[in-house]
Amino acid sequence: MTARSIDIEAVLHPGFAKAPALKLSEALSFWGGFDPRDGRILDPAHPQRGEIVTNHVLAMPGSRGSAGTPAGIAEAMRRGVGPAAIVLLRPDVNIAIGAQVASRLYGSELPVVLVTKETFAGLDTGTTVLIDTATVVSRSPHRRATS
Amino acid sequence: MQAGDLGPALRFAMDLVVRAAELLDAPRLIDATFLHIDACHYYGTAHLDFANTLLNDGARFEIAAWTNTVPVSLIQDDPRQGSDPVFLEEARALTRVYEKLGARPVWTCAPYQLPDGPERDDQIIVGESNAVSYYNSVVGARTNKYGDFLDVACGLVQRVPFAGLHTHAGRRGEIVLDVAHLPEELRRTEFFCHVLGIVMGRHAENKIPVIVGLPPDTPPDSLKAISAAGASSGGVALFHAVGVTPEAPTLAAALHDREPEMTIRVSPDTLIAARDALSTARDGPLAMVALGTPHFSYTEFARLVALLDGRKIHDNLALMISTSRHVAALIEEHGWLTSLEAAGATILVDTCTYFSPTIRQASGRVMTNSAKWAYYAPGMLPVEVVFASLEDCVASACAGEVCRCDDAWSPSHWGLA
Repeated sequence: MTARSIDIEAVLHPGFAKAPALKLSEALSFWGGFDPRDGRILDPAHPQRGEIVTNHVLAMPGSRGSAGTPAGIAEAMRRGVGPAAIVLLRPDVNIAIGAQVASRLYGSELPVVLVTKETFAGLDTGTTVLIDTATVVSRSPHRRATS
Repeated sequence: MQAGDLGPALRFAMDLVVRAAELLDAPRLIDATFLHIDACHYYGTAHLDFANTLLNDGARFEIAAWTNTVPVSLIQDDPRQGSDPVFLEEARALTRVYEKLGARPVWTCAPYQLPDGPERDDQIIVGESNAVSYYNSVVGARTNKYGDFLDVACGLVQRVPFAGLHTHAGRRGEIVLDVAHLPEELRRTEFFCHVLGIVMGRHAENKIPVIVGLPPDTPPDSLKAISAAGASSGGVALFHAVGVTPEAPTLAAALHDREPEMTIRVSPDTLIAARDALSTARDGPLAMVALGTPHFSYTEFARLVALLDGRKIHDNLALMISTSRHVAALIEEHGWLTSLEAAGATILVDTCTYFSPTIRQASGRVMTNSAKWAYYAPGMLPVEVVFASLEDCVASACAGEVCRCDDAWSPSHWGLA
C-alpha cells in the first residue's frame, strides 16, 4: 500500500504512524463524546457518530475543551484502542498532554501534529497517511517538539 | 527549577508543564498557590496509573490541593445494579491515592463555597469548568482551564505557564451583553442568571464577555448559576459582570479602555427561547427533581427549607440534592438534614446527581433548577428534562407533577402583556 506523507506545520507530540485517515468534520470531545473502551465516537450530535478511531490517523479541527480529554486519550491508548496519530488545525494542550502521559505510562506512540487548512482539506477518509515527526523542521520554535 | 534537580515524579510533572508552556507560547512559568484537582474524578484505569506513578515516585502536594467531585459517594452506599465492580473499586482507590498525595478531601465541584480558599489576584490551577469561571469572574483569582494530569503536574511543581487568563492582557473583556433594560425584579432572580449564562455562552465564541446591568449585590448562588451555565453552553472561563467582578468596577475597566468587538442587547425573546430550549419534556408527572448542580450551597438549602415549609415530597418521585460534605455538615448542625430526609429528600455528597445510581436507573421526566444539568442531561441520561426555578421545582416535588407557580417570567413582568 502506498502511503501519502503529509506536510506537518508543527509537532505537538512526536512519533511515527502509517494508517488510514479518519477525517472528522467537527471537533470531538474525548470525555463524554468518546468511549475509551472501544474507541467509538459516542456524541449523538457528532456527524461521525459511531465511527471507530482505533488505528486511524484521526484528522479533526480540534478537541472540544473538556478537562477529561487527556484522560480519555490516555485510557484509549492503555486499552490499545486509540488512534494511530492525531492531525489538528489548532494547537491543543489537552491532546498533547494526553499523548505525553500515555507515552510515559504505557510506552504508546501517538504523534500529534498541526497542519495547514490546505493540507487538512486534502486529507480523505480511507487514504493511507504517513506521519513521521523525525523528518520535521518546525517552523515555530515555541512549538518545536523534543524527543 | 531545573528538571535535572528533581526526583522522577517532579521531573515527569515538570515535563508536562514545560510542554504546555511551549504550546501556549508562555514566556515563563509563574508561582501558583492553590490547586483544585479534576484528575481525581475516575474515568478509566489511566487515571489511577497516573496518580500511582506519582505516588510511587515520591510526589506530594506542597500547595493547597482540593478535590473535585468523584463518580461515586465515598461515604454513602452505592446500590447501583449491574455496575462494574472494577469501576467502583478503582474510582474509590483513586481517591485514596490523592489523599496520600496530600490532597484535602473536599470532593466538591463548588470549592468556592468552602472557607480558606483562593482570593483576588491569586494565581491558581483549576479544571472543573464552573469553578474556573467562578474563581476568575467572581473571586478575581486567575486560572486557565486545566485539563486532567496537567492540573496535578502544575500543582506538584507549584508553577503554571504565564499565559491566557493568568495574564492581565489575557483577561480583557471583548464583547458586551447588555441586560440593564430588563426589569430589575427579573434580573434579581436566580433563574434569570441560569438563563443569562446559557445566552452568554452561546454568544461568547471564545471571546471574553462583559455583562452590563447585573445588580451589584447579585448573590453568590446566582453567580454560580451564570458561571456553570456559561461554561456549559460556551466554554466561558471568565466573564466580567460590571460592578460585581472585582477587576471590573466599570465597563471601561472590563474592556481595558478599548471598544468592544460587539454589543448585544439581550432581548426578552432571546431569554425566553433559551429558557424553553432547556426543557425537552412537556409538563406532566415527574420521576425526579434534581438539585445541586453545581453543589447546593448552605444558602440554597436555607431557601429550600423555607420553600418546603414543612411539606412532604410526593411519594411518586425522588428529590435528589447533591452537595459537598462541608455543606452537608453545616445543614446537619441546623437539623435541616434530618428534616429534609424526613420530608422525603435524598442528600447526595461527594458526587453529582448525574452519576448517582438512582438517576442512572431513572427514566421519565426529571425537573431541575440547574441550566447546566438541563444542558447536559439529554445527551448523557435516558431522561426528559423540565427546567424551572427552584420555587417551581419545590412546588412540583410536593405535587408530583410539573407546577408553574413562579410568575417572574410571565409576560406582565416583561412589559409585554
